[in-house]
Amino acid sequence: MAREKILLGLRIFAFMATLAAAIVMGLNKETKTLVVATIGTTPIKATLTAKFQHTPAFVFFVIANVMVSFHNLLMIVLQIFKPKLEIKCFNLISVAILDMLNASLVSAAANAAAFMAELGKNGNKHAKWNKICDRFAIYCDHGGGALIAAFAGVILMLLISAVSISRLLIHSNKSAAASSPSSLAAVL
Amino acid sequence: MVKLTKRIGGLVLRLAAFGAALAALIVMITSRERASFFAVSLEAKYTDMAAFKYFVIANAVVSVYSFLVLFLPEKSLLWKFVVVLDLVMTMLLTSSLSAALAVALVGKKGNENAGWLPICGQVPKFCDQVTGALIAGFVALVLYVLLLLYSLHSVVDPFLLQKT
Repeated sequence: MAREKILLGLRIFAFMATLAAAIVMGLNKETKTLVVATIGTTPIKATLTAKFQHTPAFVFFVIANVMVSFHNLLMIVLQIFKPKLEIKCFNLISVAILDMLNASLVSAAANAAAFMAELGKNGNKHAKWNKICDRFAIYCDHGGGALIAAFAGVILMLLISAVSISRLLIHSNKSAAASSPSSLAAVL
Repeated sequence: MVKLTKRIGGLVLRLAAFGAALAALIVMITSRERASFFAVSLEAKYTDMAAFKYFVIANAVVSVYSFLVLFLPEKSLLWKFVVVLDLVMTMLLTSSLSAALAVALVGKKGNENAGWLPICGQVPKFCDQVTGALIAGFVALVLYVLLLLYSLHSVVDPFLLQKT
């Protein structure tokens, strides 16, 4: 019973973390007027915008975090409104498999965005790509915050998967012990 | 008889995943091209980008892990641990593949909003080898997802198919 409460708590945290990451990155936008060139004495100004849609990795980040937070929300709702009735093996294994797949998804999204952010922060001398964080500091800060929330979501999804797998193990050991009384029940 | 087939199937799957991860590692390491234009020669190596270094390290870890698990005896108690480690390796593979893919996409198409020009026009052979390494990494990922489902099924036996 304590296992269910731990799972519920972890899912609530993971839902909040991934939703926060998606929202912060989704609203990430900065507009700046920069001096591009100087002709004579009049400087030419250009208005440049940094949006998250410019980078495909950030678009994937937002979409994946929305999907994972929706998965967590669904599992929370199922756990609250369907309390321990018919815990069949199919329910348990589909929850475990979905948790593992979503853990991989959020890990992929967080890492892709992290490496793109590193490229934006440090640039790349070999490919002659300039860094953009010195001009768009607020954009980079918000992106960094969203990344931290997403990595917290990754760790939480890993813990949730581990708890779901251990629930499966306990259920299968219980069923094996109930069906054949001569076998030993493994203690986890 | 069924058990033997299942065990051989699992071993074949793990050997294939080991081969794919090793192939991705080797192809990425040996990708190197020297291009020269206007008396300036630039060399493109995989160590230029942090994401490609992470890809190499992640695939190396996965290859070593797969090789070690190949020799795990069947009745060992470590199989429950192998399930969780398979999940961790799958997460490592997805993250390294998606990071390398994101950076390779910028190298191929550039990013006009940030003023980043594509580099694939100048070093086409490097780009092709990186693409090959990414494809091998993707194959390794698919095989690892199948391996995860297989080891979950063989350890947990949720449908109680095995009669003890």
